[in-house]
Amino acid sequence: MTSIILRRLATSVLILLAVSVLVFVATLLLPGDPAQAILGQQATPERLAALREQMNLNDPAWQRYLSWLGGLLTGDFGVSAASGGPVADLLGERIAASLVLLTAASIISIPAGLLVGTYSALRHGHTGDHVVTGTSLVLAALPEFVIGIALVTLFSTTVFPILPSVTMAPPGEAVWNYPLQLVLPVMTLVLMVTPYIARMMRATMLEVLDSGYVEMARLKGVPERQVILRHALPHALSPVAQVVAIQLAWMAGGVVVVEFLFRYPGIGQALVDAVANRDVQVVQALSILVAAVYIVVNLLADAVGILTNPKLRTGGAR
Amino acid sequence: MSVIDSPQIIAREVETPPGLFRRLIRQRQAKVGIGLAAAVVLLALLGPLLLPWATGYTSTEFAGRPFQPDGMLGTDNLGRDVLSRFLGGGLRLLMYAALATLLGMALGVLVGMTAAYRGGRVDGIIMRSNDVLLALPQLVFALLAITVLGPQGWVLVTVIGITHAPRIARVTRSATVNVITEDFIRAAEMYAVPKWKILVQDVLPNITGPLMVELGLRMTYSIGAVASLSFLGLGMQPPTADWGLMINENRIALVVQPWGVLLPVLAIAVLTVGTNLITDSLARAAANSNTGASK
Repeated sequence: MTSIILRRLATSVLILLAVSVLVFVATLLLPGDPAQAILGQQATPERLAALREQMNLNDPAWQRYLSWLGGLLTGDFGVSAASGGPVADLLGERIAASLVLLTAASIISIPAGLLVGTYSALRHGHTGDHVVTGTSLVLAALPEFVIGIALVTLFSTTVFPILPSVTMAPPGEAVWNYPLQLVLPVMTLVLMVTPYIARMMRATMLEVLDSGYVEMARLKGVPERQVILRHALPHALSPVAQVVAIQLAWMAGGVVVVEFLFRYPGIGQALVDAVANRDVQVVQALSILVAAVYIVVNLLADAVGILTNPKLRTGGAR
Repeated sequence: MSVIDSPQIIAREVETPPGLFRRLIRQRQAKVGIGLAAAVVLLALLGPLLLPWATGYTSTEFAGRPFQPDGMLGTDNLGRDVLSRFLGGGLRLLMYAALATLLGMALGVLVGMTAAYRGGRVDGIIMRSNDVLLALPQLVFALLAITVLGPQGWVLVTVIGITHAPRIARVTRSATVNVITEDFIRAAEMYAVPKWKILVQDVLPNITGPLMVELGLRMTYSIGAVASLSFLGLGMQPPTADWGLMINENRIALVVQPWGVLLPVLAIAVLTVGTNLITDSLARAAANSNTGASK
């Protein structure tokens, strides 16, 4: 079992490496070069040449890739073309701010999704089930900003003007000191991912409830509560772990839109600004970061899958 | 499933198994979805033709000062007529989303079928490269491309299409794997039918169910992706009239001029909910056909 997990780990590292190559190659396609981007159009040829020398831009691409990769591993993310400062300084606080958002959203949406899905499966074919399926179908279709703007209109501007629609922490103060401002962004993320988790949970739960061992437990006279909690639920969970992982990773992309909408000072906002300024170093660093989060989350989901499903524990699974 | 069909109906269905489209259209949910999506598509297609006849303005013309109650729905942040911009702003979103979806389908189906049919090392290489592409969320991938190549139309279409492809390839591959072990494929191989012909004539018609579901799903996501990028100010560029961009431009004035935000939000919401309802019904219709697909 450890060997399977180790092999999975090795694949993940390889995938991350391949992603880093992809991200690096993208910058080679950029018209002009970073030196030009930092100094601007009016730069003298001498200064350009000096900066190119300083940034090692005259080295062959593979050498630059290796030094860039080495920098990433040691926490040196390069220099931002827009601000001139190190990328790491720019992103530190923002990463923390985004993590707050993502963690809060996961803590709410995962149990909510599991609960709603289970409820829906237990009420299969009844009104409650129809309401859940219908609502999740609608919510799953909506882009993040549509959900966000609907929430702003509902809770901030027109119907119940009770919550702030933008994040406005004074500079230097942490966002989590203003919990009221976190409500709408977190709610948007929760509404974005919960439907998917609930739908998957409902599907696997229905399948499990239909299985032989649940029927057996019921025939033996095991109380219904125990049938669901002890026999059905654990088996329904492991396929859901995959979907939860995909959703968490998707949230890392969706958070970009949500942060932009609520002017939340996280990595998403930073990414949008960097793209608008064509600040390649920052875009590179953030892409790698998001990819790393995605890969780690997926790895965890696979580990959960392997630990909970005996069939995957032995030999050539996957 | 909940209603037990009468013997006559069952007998009729056994005689002529209805096609995917017939099974789709039979569901009430599909009818609602088609109605919603068709309404928005019609609006987006006909909207530009109504200008400036219906409102008196083109979509980029200045109608007056910012945020005035001129015209039917007032003016936007630069004093352009909101209704005109709304009518003119759907077509490009739809076109880009449709093109991106088609590109993704073409790439994904091609790659997925090749991986399944060739098997072995080709399959391995293709599926591993898929994993690499899947490790970047769609939006982040798109942003990376836009940083390098700029926010042009073809960049949006291409990058969204390419990010769809690995997901479509996965579905295509697993559907194809189930088909290529069938006897009629072996028979075709024995007659030395060219491989591409087998894939097009024998495999493709047998995997239309999952592919149609995927088409619907990807269309929903394409609309969301194109609109989101424009909303971020990194998709369509001013002064283009576009629903996503309209939301970006007008959201600061949500209280003063709500129509500039709410109309496009509503249109995008109705459209994506419509396509998702169709997709869900398609998935059901395709799932029902699995029992009688071996013709």
